[in-house]
Amino acid sequence: MAVKVGNQTWQLMRAPVVIETATVAGPLEGEGPLFADYDGVYAEPVAGERSFEAAEKEMMLNACFTALQKAGKTPSDVDIFLAGDLLNQTITSGFSALELKIPYLGLYGACSSSAESLIVASALVEAGFAQVVLAAVSSHNSASERQYRYPTEYGVHRKPTAQWTVTGAGAALVAAPDGPAARKASEQAARKTSEQTTAPKDGALPHITYVTIGKVNDLGIKDPLNMGAAMAPGAVDTLTSHFADTGRGPEFYDLIVTGDLGRFGHQLAVRLAAERGGFTLSDNYQDCGVMIYDFDKQDVHSGGSGCACSALVTYGHLYHRMLRGDLKRLLLCATGSLHSPTSVQQGNNIPVIAHAVSFEMTP
Amino acid sequence: MARDPKKKPLSVDQKRYTEMVEALAPKPTYLRNAMLAYLFGGLVSVVGQLLTDFYRLAFDMSPQEAGNPASATVIFIASLLTGLGVFDKIARYAGAGLSVPVTGFANSMVSSALEFKREGLVLGVGSKMFILAGSVITFGVVTAFIIGLIYAIFVY
Repeated sequence: MAVKVGNQTWQLMRAPVVIETATVAGPLEGEGPLFADYDGVYAEPVAGERSFEAAEKEMMLNACFTALQKAGKTPSDVDIFLAGDLLNQTITSGFSALELKIPYLGLYGACSSSAESLIVASALVEAGFAQVVLAAVSSHNSASERQYRYPTEYGVHRKPTAQWTVTGAGAALVAAPDGPAARKASEQAARKTSEQTTAPKDGALPHITYVTIGKVNDLGIKDPLNMGAAMAPGAVDTLTSHFADTGRGPEFYDLIVTGDLGRFGHQLAVRLAAERGGFTLSDNYQDCGVMIYDFDKQDVHSGGSGCACSALVTYGHLYHRMLRGDLKRLLLCATGSLHSPTSVQQGNNIPVIAHAVSFEMTP
Repeated sequence: MARDPKKKPLSVDQKRYTEMVEALAPKPTYLRNAMLAYLFGGLVSVVGQLLTDFYRLAFDMSPQEAGNPASATVIFIASLLTGLGVFDKIARYAGAGLSVPVTGFANSMVSSALEFKREGLVLGVGSKMFILAGSVITFGVVTAFIIGLIYAIFVY
């Protein structure tokens, strides 16, 4: 059973396992530095569909089915499907669940949905509600642009603090560590890694050991074109609680990643951690929104954002690095801003949230 | 009346943070943007002038008359470039140089119409076409009415 430690953190004693992940990316992300870690890259943003919304659903379903296929499972093997996205009424998740035919709970944590879905998934597994949970998130640049900002073909100057919503989807299968699904995945991983000489041969998989559920923060930022600045305090707040609750420091982790703060938000987070959190974020702290693009070649201003930003980097690149034994302890702190165009137009500040998930190769 | 969130004062914490963000935020390259806007805006004007001269000479119009088909042609070019997906890429550099002249108006209409095609002809294209241009038209008409009123009262 899970044990609550401190104010906002739960230690998962059974430590659910992430048995498989899958990621599919849009064309721009496919040209980015992490291209080799995606399971699929779409040549066109519409992905052969009639609309951007339909394209996003196609991406989420593709990520889900790819994860299932890689794990040798069918939808009927999964107990619960958790999903979140950025579109109004989370239509991508609902319409994907319609086709998957798995009992479904919809989530919304804006760009923090990836961590939120992993937290709920591991809680359900920990409590015995489910043996295997499928957690998926997606976002689409054009579908988000038209909902949150301007029509896609509208020509404007973008501010240097503006971020680029990532197109793509990620899915993760979370399973009970002592169940048959985890055993099978471990055997599979051992077989796979034995072919690669550099990888550990024990078939180890990442466990979710601690989760920290964030509080909503508002530090007075109103500008939706400066989301990194709005979300940085949320990330630092959750990280501060995580370190206080677990008694760990930033140096405990091989890598700490925030979800989508971008270059400016990353800079602010480092500063805020020192000024308000009382801890130092050094070289082992990175941001998914910075890692996902090549700033010299890609005109993405401050970096990536969106649910798929943290999902593509964590479920793809970082998950693979954990399997290779490159990373033993990873902390994902996914950030989300909980505004809507209406709330911004009515003059409200941007409320933000962040959730942290600790992955460890040995619980 | 309920309190307007715009006027809600910031807490000390919020004030300190927003000031820090403002001080650290990467600034837009104002000079470069202004130069590019000047160049592209000038280019649009030159094209407009050439078109005016063309209509004046080819169709034997007065300079006032030639202005209308000239701006219609500029609108057509901007709309075509929007439809081809090129306009927004140029406007990323040109900024105000393309959005202030009539090209910006054309782009705002065509991009909205294109964007909402999937929502149907009536509720999509028909009504959403004006989401960006609507306020330009509204305030244009209101301003014209007020100016017209002043003109009517004081000049006649």
